[in-house]
Amino acid sequence: MSQPVHFHAASDFADRSRAAVNDIGLRRNFRSAMDYLQTKRRAQFGDAGELSVLRDLGAAIRRHALANLPDLLEQLEARLSANGVVVHWAETPAEANAIVLDIAARSGAKRFVKGKSMVSEEVGVNHALEAAGIEALETDMGEYIVQLAGEAPSHIIMPAIHKTKQQIGELFAARLPGVAYTENVDALIRIGREVLRRKFAEAEIGISGVNFAVAETGTLFLVENEGNGRMCTTVPRIHIAITGIEKVVARLEHVAALNSLLPRSATGQAVETYQNFISGPRQPGELDGPEEVHLILLDNGRSQAYADLQLRATLQCIRCGACMNHCPVYARIGGHAYGTTYPGPIGAIISPHLLGLDATYPLAFASTLCGACNEVCPVRIPITEILIRLRNEAQARPGSADASLRGSGAGRKTLVSMIWSGWSLVYSRLRLYRLSSWFISRGHALSPAEQGAWTRCRTPLKPAPKRLRDLIKERRA
Amino acid sequence: MSARENILGRLRAAPTGTPAPLPDLAAWRALRPPVADAAAGLALFRTNIEAAHAEVHDTTAQDWPALLARLAAAKGVQTLLFGPATAHGAQLSASAPPGVQLVPYDRPADQWRDLLFDGIDASLTAAVSAIADTGSLILWPDAHEPRLMSLVPPIHFVLFDAARIHLDLHAAMRAEAWATRMPTNALVISGPSKTADIQQTLAYGAHGPRELIVLLCHSNGGQP
Repeated sequence: MSQPVHFHAASDFADRSRAAVNDIGLRRNFRSAMDYLQTKRRAQFGDAGELSVLRDLGAAIRRHALANLPDLLEQLEARLSANGVVVHWAETPAEANAIVLDIAARSGAKRFVKGKSMVSEEVGVNHALEAAGIEALETDMGEYIVQLAGEAPSHIIMPAIHKTKQQIGELFAARLPGVAYTENVDALIRIGREVLRRKFAEAEIGISGVNFAVAETGTLFLVENEGNGRMCTTVPRIHIAITGIEKVVARLEHVAALNSLLPRSATGQAVETYQNFISGPRQPGELDGPEEVHLILLDNGRSQAYADLQLRATLQCIRCGACMNHCPVYARIGGHAYGTTYPGPIGAIISPHLLGLDATYPLAFASTLCGACNEVCPVRIPITEILIRLRNEAQARPGSADASLRGSGAGRKTLVSMIWSGWSLVYSRLRLYRLSSWFISRGHALSPAEQGAWTRCRTPLKPAPKRLRDLIKERRA
Repeated sequence: MSARENILGRLRAAPTGTPAPLPDLAAWRALRPPVADAAAGLALFRTNIEAAHAEVHDTTAQDWPALLARLAAAKGVQTLLFGPATAHGAQLSASAPPGVQLVPYDRPADQWRDLLFDGIDASLTAAVSAIADTGSLILWPDAHEPRLMSLVPPIHFVLFDAARIHLDLHAAMRAEAWATRMPTNALVISGPSKTADIQQTLAYGAHGPRELIVLLCHSNGGQP
């Protein structure tokens, strides 16, 4: 299967992370951003009892939605259709992009504005539009900055978290005509506001993501602080929302509970500036709002996670980013090193379904299994358990019962497999075990000083000169 | 087979696992007792929305046009967008605030987009109700007070009847029976637009209004 253009193969993950940990500036940016986000989150959840009750409820809401997913998706589709929203289904990124291009072609649209949407990053809709000669402009300030720099977001909530204001000032001065260098943040935001304001007024189509889709009422719920999301979903003649099939919830009141967790977990704010409930296009007599609203429901491997009861918990995610904000690995290597749309702990457990385990399994090993991600997850996803499961899947013998995912067994190496087969053989036969342990202990002086990755930062492993059984025998004698 | 049938087919073929009952919100709601009285709710609302950089002014159903005129003059507002078919819109035009040109939102946005984006200093809309817990205003835009009024002008004045205060979003949804009567667009607004996308530095006036000004209408003579 072809991978999206922005995907960087996980085979180079080690090289990228080595480069990232040696980039002092990048380390400093991420450290200060992570400290800021952790402190702000902690201040929001001063009451541990309330947090615990809310996390139980958040997990129960998401588990309920997943347990009833096909029914809820059909109910969502029926309610949205009754409200006048056109619902599309896409199995792959290519299908999702084809739907967007088809809507653009039918309406003759040449200018798109985009609100922040990780699913749109996942399918690479910008590239598909640009290839068709259509402008696709990111309008979230952070997304606009990374698009202007020709980069990808390094965090799912704060896309330009890897950049300093000086770097952004230089970028604006270099790329925007008539703009002089400034590192005044208010001035930089004003520049972005003026450039994008014109674009909102001119665009024919707006693209957005969806935070939650409510089956009961046929409502798309979107949150943001900047107002660009509302611009994209209100000003252009056509609004296309794109989301994963897992984002549905049963009841409208579930949104109130989940949004009591989302902004507090994500950015440590009590609430977002805008909570936007969209339940249909412009009605007769209304003076603004899109004339057409489309929703694209994307699978792209999510149904593979769904098919396994343990991995299904991956789909509980509400994309707050708290797991990455608290991950010691993410804080040190940053978002780009992962090479995937979704970085950090959640990225390591969702990406294998989107891109194949063969292309992503090293990410499951990029964890100390410290469990900080589990502790902060607002919907109680057992992230480290899933990481361990994916590590096992990566080593599974192809065709065996342990290999259940696309790309399972890709991490299996012939030499390593042979060594473990030999180990298993020796340890399950007593005479063979005694014989080999005698030889190994007597030959301990021959053990190599260079032991690959182990000795890069540790002293070499040496077998003891005498076996435990020999020591016991001596003591008894 | 269509994408829809394939996706739903895969989901239906998956194991069902343990049944998940409809979540019980009772334990959460028990932690959120109603505020003591409306005054306490309003005080909490004010603290929270002011912390989010909004201004709150106490007024009455009779006096707010004069207050609005004073605030508009102080902020240099020359053009003010309003909904002429609303009761408060009629009250506003009857008051004819000096020095301010009232612009009615009376035709589709597509017909006057340039003026709407570049020629309007401020707008006035009503709020349906408000939320104490997060300092938020609830707006249900409609044909008389369209969506863009609370988004495009740099200054947004919001008229809010102090009697309509709810503890939190869940309480508001329940009390106002949202699930049975969702409008095409419902908004919960908690301050002027903002961003912290550049080096986690908070800046107000991202793409929406730079200023959010609440005219808090009391029925008992102007004081809470």
